Amino acid sequence: MEIVRSHRQIAAEAAAGVGCGGGAGGLPTYRVAPQLEVRLEEFELFAIDRLRVLKGIADGLSRGKRPEEMEKLVKELWKAHMRHQDPTETLNKDIISHFVLRLVYCRTEELRKWFLSMETTLFRYRFRLESPESQRMLMSEFQLPYKALPHSEFEAVKDKLSQVARTIGQSAAVESVFFKVPFEEVPDLVASRRVFLSKGYAYVAMSQVVSLVVTQFRCNISKALVLTNRKWTATIKEQEKDRLTPIVEALSNAYFGPDYSQPKDAVEISLKDIDQLAKTSFPLCMRHMLEKLRENHHLKHGGRMQFGLFLKGAGLKLEDALAFWRAEFSQKVGSERFDKEYAYSIRHNYGKEGKRTDYTPYSCQKIISATPGVGDHHGCPYRHFGEDNLRAALNKMGISGHPLEEIMDKVKNRHYQLACTMTFEAEHGVSCDTGINHPNQYFSESQKVLKAKNQAVQSQGTT
Amino acid sequence: MAREDEKADAMEIDGQHQQVANTAVPDGFNADYLRIYYGKLFPHVDFFKWLSYGNDGKHPGCDQSYVGRREFSFTLENDIYVRFQSFDSVAEMENSIKEKCPFKIDIGPVYSVDPAKRHAYAQSGNNVFVPVERELIFDIDISDYDDVRYCCSGADVCMECWPLMTIAIKILDASLRDDFGFNHILWVYSGRRGVHCWVCDSRARKLNNEQRAAIADYFRVYKGGENTMKKVSLTGAVLHPFLARSYTDVLKGFFEDKLLLSQQLFASEERYQKILDLIPDENVASELHDKWQGNRRSSISKEDVNATRWEQLKSTLQSGKHKGLRRCIEEIVFSYTYPRLDMEVSKHMNHLLKAPFCIHPKTGRVCVPIDPNNCDDFDPTTVPTLSQVFQGIVSATIAESLQGGIRKLIQCQAPAVQEYLDLVKFTQLPADLTNLVPHEKLLLHETNH
Repeated sequence: MEIVRSHRQIAAEAAAGVGCGGGAGGLPTYRVAPQLEVRLEEFELFAIDRLRVLKGIADGLSRGKRPEEMEKLVKELWKAHMRHQDPTETLNKDIISHFVLRLVYCRTEELRKWFLSMETTLFRYRFRLESPESQRMLMSEFQLPYKALPHSEFEAVKDKLSQVARTIGQSAAVESVFFKVPFEEVPDLVASRRVFLSKGYAYVAMSQVVSLVVTQFRCNISKALVLTNRKWTATIKEQEKDRLTPIVEALSNAYFGPDYSQPKDAVEISLKDIDQLAKTSFPLCMRHMLEKLRENHHLKHGGRMQFGLFLKGAGLKLEDALAFWRAEFSQKVGSERFDKEYAYSIRHNYGKEGKRTDYTPYSCQKIISATPGVGDHHGCPYRHFGEDNLRAALNKMGISGHPLEEIMDKVKNRHYQLACTMTFEAEHGVSCDTGINHPNQYFSESQKVLKAKNQAVQSQGTT
Repeated sequence: MAREDEKADAMEIDGQHQQVANTAVPDGFNADYLRIYYGKLFPHVDFFKWLSYGNDGKHPGCDQSYVGRREFSFTLENDIYVRFQSFDSVAEMENSIKEKCPFKIDIGPVYSVDPAKRHAYAQSGNNVFVPVERELIFDIDISDYDDVRYCCSGADVCMECWPLMTIAIKILDASLRDDFGFNHILWVYSGRRGVHCWVCDSRARKLNNEQRAAIADYFRVYKGGENTMKKVSLTGAVLHPFLARSYTDVLKGFFEDKLLLSQQLFASEERYQKILDLIPDENVASELHDKWQGNRRSSISKEDVNATRWEQLKSTLQSGKHKGLRRCIEEIVFSYTYPRLDMEVSKHMNHLLKAPFCIHPKTGRVCVPIDPNNCDDFDPTTVPTLSQVFQGIVSATIAESLQGGIRKLIQCQAPAVQEYLDLVKFTQLPADLTNLVPHEKLLLHETNH
């Protein structure tokens, strides 16, 4: 892709979608970077528009939207941000913005993971919106080598296929076209037990073919991101340091905002304040873990990660963190065992061991998508608690009556972050327009509100 | 050789001493025994051959660097972890094990480069040090079943609750073979509170993290941490063929014929209330509760109270009166029997797992493989401990021929020309290992009766 400052030429073949994997119905597969010139302003504007779509998708996922809801959301987001006043330009905008963001999001593992996941989701729902005909064309474009299951084989497993169809709420009348593929190709269908498996093969219905295509898509993009990163660090970053590099770097920050890996404004919290701060400013998930830690003198791995990184983000220094965890764990396992088995992972979280990455506190999205198991206390209470337990926990925070019912209503509709936001509002008596999307944001917003209140009280006192 | 003899002598004396003081000194773990175990009994050659997966041959297609890129991690006596060990040959591995005498050996993934030299590669940036292959592994701990067993808790096990592990082996083994098409599956007793599973097919070793997570999720029925009442939720008009088969072939039988009685699941109000909590219709639950609370032992005939109450619960839920509660019976059975995996272990390539044939440092028991076809007979409480194994050796006073013996046994079972290691053979090793110690068996026999 050539980036030019002023005039542009569009390679005819790119406009037609050839060479860059343009699908029949206007769904490109982004296999090859297009040979076309882009104006610098568009380079950035297109990317921002696509970012809005991806961010919208991330929000939808973190609210646990169902597939049908996601389909609708993707359709709306696309319509709102990715259309171009010149219809012939729409496809170019799609392709250009994708390749720009590839550059933006290739640079760290974390960024790659996010981008890959959102682009794959976007592709999945766009594919579902395509006509059957263009779906088949896309399948052939990915060169998927699968043939429909022959009739005799189909008859042999028909009962099982019907059984699976009924588990996912379809009628027992089985679709007639199935593909027999290695189970590795459709991990999403395997994970949710939406396919029949036999001897290493998954029987994928025509209506599930999107999973096959998406796996291929994901694989292509994943490889491409690693290659792009290599090119970026080897040449582009330096070559473009006055032109593209600043834009690219600004773009990734523009979305992620603060990552809370370093406490804001060098705030520090000290050991003795933790319990008090928990009462006033911790979100429910963190309060719950602190309570359980005090009670059991132990937290399992998932809890130590979620809570430990939160405390780090809130400003607990490494030495204090070690003292904090040791004080609890030593009551259960002894301080010697603590030093041997647990201290390492705490230093690890602070980037002092292993690959020395300074780990980032978990966002709400990550916490909501956790799958706590036996004995686990991490995760998002709004999502992972049973109704009775959640009510009891909120009661304990002093929330009852109408606000409580409203929160429970949000939970029922799987708006977990909204439920948390409303808890924040009920607790602090102020509105929180930005919404809660990170436990450390909850904490710092809460501290802000409390400080303002304190100052108000003080100034009233002095006048 | 002179040194070996000295050791054998020392061993004999210790052994006799141990036998005398058999009741006073609980047999278990002992660093001196461990040294001899590594010296005489640990199947170094076969162990290394297993992990080489045929890459130790001469034929073209062998990746000579393969086994040398595998991470071993040692836990030494004073709890010092030595990670990222690697060995190019069996001699190198055997020497290192004998010299360091690790209390625990963990096996990690095969990396892109020799893990011992990872720092050299790290300089070049670009993350060339990444795991590329690893067996698909499962870890099941009985301590994760504490809410459904009443005989033991924590790390303790007995034959009343061990069937929960038997269930896990049966369910996973059947599905890994029938659904996923894997063949080379090794089940190992973890030495204390659970079982490990190693799926060694080349296809399994090449799975990426997403695919591993998908398989773990396929097996996952148990959801929702400590803060939900109902842990198992089965939705849909019918059960997926895998779950339906698990239910009829394994879970139902174990629940009704074994656990119901052995765990006394309905014997007290506290226990049956826990089961009633799983019924979504409160009226039905309280109806049953009142019924059971009213008639304490008196009206209940010779029938076992647990069996009776379970039948009553079933007939109430199945009666046409309560629509949509049938599924609840299955949910209860799943809650009390279905395998609970440590998901994180299976999901990531770079998770370490204790090697088979290690000695569990807490119990001293040998981590012996379990034959999935005869797992009903497996009794963790009779798995030989290090000192029992050791006594067997000494009493037999054939310590020297033992080392040759284990080899001979292995060779007998394996065809002479074999380019790829047949894992089935490997899974037959446990019998070899324990059979090697006839006196030890005798000893157990005596103590058991």
